[in-house]
Amino acid sequence: MIKAQDVTKQYGPKVALGGINLNIPKGSIYGLLGPNGAGKTSFIRIMNQITAPDSGTVYFGDRKLMPSDIARIGYLPEERGLYKKMKVGEQVLYLAKLKGLSAAEAKSRAKDWFVRLEMENFWEKKVEDLSKGMAQKVQFVTTVLHKPELLIFDEPFTGFDPINTNLIKKEIKRLNGEGATVIFSTHRMESVEEICDHIGLINNGEVMVEGPLLDIRKHYMNGTYAFTTKDEQGFEGKDVLERDHVHTGYTATIKADQYPSGLIQELASKNQLLGFEEVLPSVSDIFIDIVNNGPKPWNS
Amino acid sequence: MNNPILLIIQREFLTRVRKKTFLLMTLLAPLLLAAVMIVPGILASMPEDDKSILVLDEPSILLPTEGTEQFSLDYLNPSEFDLELAKNFLRESDKDALLYIPSGNGWDPDFIKNNVLLYGKEDIGIDLQRFIERQLEEKINNQKLIQQGVDPEVVTQTKTQVSVKSFTLGEEDGSEETSATPLKMGLGYIAGILIYFFIFFYAVQVMRGVIEEKTSRIVEVIISSVRPRQLMMGKILGIGLVGVVQFLIWVILSGTIYTVVSTFIYPEIFAQQVPMGPDAPDLSQVDQSNIFAMINSINFPVVLGGFVFYFFGGYFLYSALFAALGSAIDQEADSQQFMLPVTAPMIIAITTAMNVIQDPNGPLAFWMSMIPLTSPISMMIRLPFGVPVWQMALSATLLVGTFFGVVALAGKIYRVGILMYGKKVTWKELYKWLKY
Repeated sequence: MIKAQDVTKQYGPKVALGGINLNIPKGSIYGLLGPNGAGKTSFIRIMNQITAPDSGTVYFGDRKLMPSDIARIGYLPEERGLYKKMKVGEQVLYLAKLKGLSAAEAKSRAKDWFVRLEMENFWEKKVEDLSKGMAQKVQFVTTVLHKPELLIFDEPFTGFDPINTNLIKKEIKRLNGEGATVIFSTHRMESVEEICDHIGLINNGEVMVEGPLLDIRKHYMNGTYAFTTKDEQGFEGKDVLERDHVHTGYTATIKADQYPSGLIQELASKNQLLGFEEVLPSVSDIFIDIVNNGPKPWNS
Repeated sequence: MNNPILLIIQREFLTRVRKKTFLLMTLLAPLLLAAVMIVPGILASMPEDDKSILVLDEPSILLPTEGTEQFSLDYLNPSEFDLELAKNFLRESDKDALLYIPSGNGWDPDFIKNNVLLYGKEDIGIDLQRFIERQLEEKINNQKLIQQGVDPEVVTQTKTQVSVKSFTLGEEDGSEETSATPLKMGLGYIAGILIYFFIFFYAVQVMRGVIEEKTSRIVEVIISSVRPRQLMMGKILGIGLVGVVQFLIWVILSGTIYTVVSTFIYPEIFAQQVPMGPDAPDLSQVDQSNIFAMINSINFPVVLGGFVFYFFGGYFLYSALFAALGSAIDQEADSQQFMLPVTAPMIIAITTAMNVIQDPNGPLAFWMSMIPLTSPISMMIRLPFGVPVWQMALSATLLVGTFFGVVALAGKIYRVGILMYGKKVTWKELYKWLKY
């Protein structure tokens, strides 16, 4: 859906993007992850053609990004808001018309969305009279109203209350199921792990790793094993990373250079081994790993 | 595909026009303006309180002046009253004031002129004081003339009033036009001031609009649909349109109110009243045919065309600057430090207006009407006096050229500024944005 090739962007002396290559597959839910200041928003603004890259190319589908593509993108920026003095309905229609919808089309779609999100009574209200949660729903509707093929959410869940967060996650999944490509950009990596199928991890304007989330997590497995046993017996003298007593027994994770067959046999004889798995690292673990040790080369 | 600039103009226009404050301003301003024109006329025609004044005239200098209908004078006999007695008499009488003219040692006009006293039961109005002063001045002058052996009648007869008829000599066809300097002064000055207010009022609204979009954080949503420059231009055009509509309503309403009041309600006042206050040139002394000649000597198509051109040119130039300013700051309170340098040229143009009027073809007037930041006001003031074509063309070209330059620069600052939050901006910073 989106392909970035050697995209650079510099603000004065500050390098925001140092030649990044990204590939956001069509139909994916893509997590654009990285700490604050990594260059996420700079890249998003380039996709939205708010700024132009200094060099490099961005492709939309199989051709270069064009000005008319903004009508096919829905963007909820991190700094988001609405005209306070304007009525909600008018405002939704105005923003939809700016995206190229006809007045009639915009109105009928907006009415549908207002019913779906149970906000019919907002229409005649002024934005300044809405609660924060209500305004967030309106913002969401304005982002998706023109049925964009690409949805971009920058730090979508900061400032959203839990009810809205769930509602909107559900709606986003539905839109994704209908074919929309979704990009989530956030520095809170754990918040999108469960929803994303692809991620791109960027830091200091460089892509550190990119690909299907599960492949990356498998690739960065680092010999951490989790055991569930009846009690602590058998772990004496072992380098246990984390341990916990749970109602089913005892859990412990250890780090090992190779498959811990000795420990498994030991636990099986001395203790009751109830469960065993190799742990998939979380995205933030992977991030820390790469920052400390550099990216791990893909062999194949 | 909808045209985004039109949509933006439409929104900017409608949201402002629908506001209650717009309605209020639009309706109240002409009423105020009409009031400014009409009320002095009504006040001037109102009968004032009659006052009767006791006069203790020791040197018999005013005697036998009887005063006027408004100020009647009653003389006390100086042989029966001194000042204290007269004051007591005033307290008990129904008279309003006491005028005391002392004779001093002998009959010395220079002593008298400095020692006249006026006591009132209430505040003594300025009219009464002036009336007395005028009366006394005339009497004392006459007395002095007599002392010098001059007959006051002779002086009256020798007073001469000179009235110079001035003409403007046409350059080519040798035609002579009646000079209409006072009319041109008034026209240029009023047009210049109108442009000044229009620019100030509406260009600042552009800045406010930009700040509003920035603080409400909607701006990034908008510019993911339209180019920043389209948003800026749409806003400038939309607010300009509000200004034009408001201006037209004002002109029509003020004119209607003035006409209705002056023809139907108080026709007798307006027949004698000279418009525009006491300092305006006294047109009543010029005969009718001269007025027409004066009006004809002004090239109205040029003045009107110039007004429209500089009205919009100035507004566009300044509103682009103000848009850039608004984008650079987070709240209006921060705007002060940047406002002054931007508005200074306009303030200079308006403060030098009188100098330009007095010498409309001098070097100051010339340069002020060439510099694009001052030309909308200064050139407008000059236009009624007639400006060489090449100067008009140069001034207009410079203004239009600068406008495009400023829009390009302002657009760059605007593009960066609207997405900058929480940063105290300096001039140096703004300069850097130009290169992003």
